[in-house]
Amino acid sequence: MELSTFFQQLTNALSLGSLYALIAIGYTMVYGILRLINFAHGDVFMLGAYFAFYAATSLAMPWWVAFIVAIGLTAMFGMGLERVAYRPLRDSPKISVMISAIGASFLIENVGIVVFGGRPKSFPSIPLFDTVVHLGPVSVLSVSLFIPVITAAILVALLWIVNGTKTGLAMRAVSTDLDAARLMAIDVNRTISMTFGIGSLLAGLGGIMWTMKYPQLNPLMGVMPGLKCFIAAVIGGIGNIPGAVLGGFLLGVLEIMIVAFLPELTGYRDAFAFVLLIVVLLVKPSGLLGKHQAVKV
Amino acid sequence: MISTKDVSMRFGGLTAVSDLNIEIQKNEIVGLIGPNGAGKTTAFNTITGVYKPTEGRVIFKGRDITGQKPHAITRLGIARTFQNIRLWKDMDVLENVLVACHLRMDVGVAASTLHLPGYRAKERRSREFAMSLLESVGLADQAREAATSLPYGKQRRLEIVRALATEPALLLLDEPAAGMNPQESLELMDFIGSIRDRYDLTILLIEHHMQVVMGVCSRMYVLDYGVTIAHGTPDEIRRDPKVIEAYLGVD
Amino acid sequence: MKIKRNTLLSLAGIALLVGAIAVADATLGRFSVRILNLSAIYIVLALSLNLLNGFTGLFSLGHAGFMAVGAYVSALLTMSPAQKDMNFFLEPIVPFLRDLQLPFPLALLAAGACAGLVAVVIGVPALRLRDDYLAIATLGFAEIIRVLITNAQSLTNGAQGLKAITKYSTTWVVWSVAALSVAFMLALVRSSYGRTMKAVRDDEVAAEAMGVNVFKVKSTSFVISSFMAGVGGALLGHMITTIDPKMFTLTLTFNILLIVVLGGNGSITGSVIGAIVVTVLMEALRFLDMPMNFLFIKTDGLPGLRMVIFSILLMIVVLYRQRGLMGNKEFNWDDFLGIFRRKGASGAGGRS
Ligand SMILES: Nc1ncnc2c1ncn2[C@@H]1O[C@H](COP(=O)(O)OP(=O)(O)OP(=O)(O)O)[C@@H](O)[C@H]1O
Ligand SMILES: [Mg+2]
Repeated sequence: MELSTFFQQLTNALSLGSLYALIAIGYTMVYGILRLINFAHGDVFMLGAYFAFYAATSLAMPWWVAFIVAIGLTAMFGMGLERVAYRPLRDSPKISVMISAIGASFLIENVGIVVFGGRPKSFPSIPLFDTVVHLGPVSVLSVSLFIPVITAAILVALLWIVNGTKTGLAMRAVSTDLDAARLMAIDVNRTISMTFGIGSLLAGLGGIMWTMKYPQLNPLMGVMPGLKCFIAAVIGGIGNIPGAVLGGFLLGVLEIMIVAFLPELTGYRDAFAFVLLIVVLLVKPSGLLGKHQAVKV
Repeated sequence: MISTKDVSMRFGGLTAVSDLNIEIQKNEIVGLIGPNGAGKTTAFNTITGVYKPTEGRVIFKGRDITGQKPHAITRLGIARTFQNIRLWKDMDVLENVLVACHLRMDVGVAASTLHLPGYRAKERRSREFAMSLLESVGLADQAREAATSLPYGKQRRLEIVRALATEPALLLLDEPAAGMNPQESLELMDFIGSIRDRYDLTILLIEHHMQVVMGVCSRMYVLDYGVTIAHGTPDEIRRDPKVIEAYLGVD
Repeated sequence: MKIKRNTLLSLAGIALLVGAIAVADATLGRFSVRILNLSAIYIVLALSLNLLNGFTGLFSLGHAGFMAVGAYVSALLTMSPAQKDMNFFLEPIVPFLRDLQLPFPLALLAAGACAGLVAVVIGVPALRLRDDYLAIATLGFAEIIRVLITNAQSLTNGAQGLKAITKYSTTWVVWSVAALSVAFMLALVRSSYGRTMKAVRDDEVAAEAMGVNVFKVKSTSFVISSFMAGVGGALLGHMITTIDPKMFTLTLTFNILLIVVLGGNGSITGSVIGAIVVTVLMEALRFLDMPMNFLFIKTDGLPGLRMVIFSILLMIVVLYRQRGLMGNKEFNWDDFLGIFRRKGASGAGGRS
């Protein structure tokens, strides 16, 4: 393999990895606070992309307005989802909550098929993201360069929110012990709502970036990225924000590099993530950066 | 019967139990007391295999059982109750006991599902045994009621019965009198004495309140912050200044 | 006396059901018979998932994977070499499999056995995990199985799938298997071993402390469940006569989960009723996905609308009636007759 090809693949890998990371953060935040796999996260991601699509096409908004509107709507949607599908089950057995999450995911997907139509749509081209940039021997879409920057900025902002603000303190308190947090007069519902809002906002942003990179929308586009990013979050140590970023990068790099260097494995690409997941769960179930917690008896 | 050799259990930076050395002879009733968070339950958990001790050995009937799985340890003859009652909530009283009987029935999934004759005989014997146990604590009439619908005191007794159904040699009771009034506690201690005789048991008993166990225990160990601060007969313990200090600090 | 009455009633009930199925099979049209038989297959599948989910408390999302294994094994084992040659036009099938042809009952058993074997391999690592981790790991394994099937061209014909599978899933075959599954589940759940499964479901720590080998119980349940899923998958293949890897996605698992939750997690009766209700509804609502022409309103049909309704149904059940139709109760004659005596005072019930 030539060096230039290697760098080309590395750039692709970093761009995909940071996109995974962006979505994985949302998973990790929700899991961290509610111990719940938000199966619908991937579908929220899909909604973000469609909202932006309709805002930009049907409503003819300038792209950046469309993006802001879409991200805002996605965040609100996420908060609504929590209210309707998860909050009533907060004291129910875990299985019920998981079933509700799966149900919500299927509901969103199928409403998506009914409302948006099953046929893929393509996003109108936005020159800022669509130009091919040449960096020496490597040529990439400009959006691939934006994504890592956005992810890095988000990571910094989130670490600040979680570790440096009152809301973040409340989040950490609720995630450590929900009942104790309630006793300390923390508004648990509001905190959980905020977390969903932020997580969904990131999913929406991720969805939009995804369609900039792969400009095709379909109602099931969130399923695979959703699963993979959840896996990324588990690999990094679920509940841990830097872990989600690490997991996302790892997964992105692995997927691109294996296919680049071992092309005969291309058909198995969608299985890599799951194999990696299972290996990590067996070797270090708490993930790379997660802390092990013993069950109290 | 049972002994622990320098057993320590650490959780991260916290040493819940350090260098525990317990030694119990057959048919003794021994108390394990100490203030909240002293490490009593953790000591039970290391003996019963819920936790693998960070250091030290657990010897039962001359055999090293350190780090074995809880169900294997139960098979060897150690049974326990839980401080925070852990009955199976979707089963009735009798079923709760029958599950514990399963261990000694030695039937596999095939024999069990096909209801082979051997299995039927064993199942019948288990039911009789379970009912006789329930009778001995006055729960026979409630055999078909949901376990968690029983009043608290009866749930505790059901937990003891369930442990007995595994036919143990050593019985570990974690605060069996918790939530009972003094009168009930005294009755319970009588009951504990009587099952020791009837089922030829050795008993290790956790209690928070010293007075409750003084009557039944021949010896006791006192833990504080994971450290064994005293052991001896109830009289010796009552007079031990270290024990008084530990308890004055709490109660 | 009373027990004897109930036994007689049960026998009469079974005879009635057998008669009803015979009449239905003889008189109904092909489409309706297909729905009838699909219900039977979904009974097998729902029971197998309920064994895990409802009776052992293991939340697994890998059912479609085991069904795929069963469907492929049975389809390949029953096809004649000539049929296989027709299917495998991209890349020839491996020789030993080409010439291997078994009678249907053996192939069906082999389908279950292979799914069970895969479950052993998967269960050893996966069953160390709990709750949502187990769910996601089993989902992962199912996806891996699907990717493997898609790529094993010379074994499975890859993405092209298999066509012209012999239609062995007749009314009598599928309903016999369904009846056998119900009988098996009842016997298992009411046995001593079944009680240990429920103990594991309700409180694992207590079960382990009372001498229940939790890992063994979980593995047994997982393997039995996968065996049944494999058989169910095989029957499905022999009914619709074409299979391909895309059939066996999470959506399929979701449908079965819907049945189990709707019927009642931990109720055999519930799974049976749920399977029939959901299958009939799924087919009855199929018109929603197709172009419609009401008196004045014309629609082009909204593909997905059917699934919207089922998703909403599932959400409503989980949010407002978590116990489903039956809770964890089973049908019994005393309660059933009690309904009539008390003029529908309360639902059917009675502890199993
Ligand atoms: N799994 C665990 N992880 C971390 N710390 C633990 C764990 N189990 C127990 N501890 C800690 O070990 C210490 C001893 O706890 P333990 O439950 O053994 O006390 P105890 O003597 O039984 O108290 P009590 O009278 O309240 O029941 C406590 O500080 C407890 O928080
Ligand atoms: Mg304790």
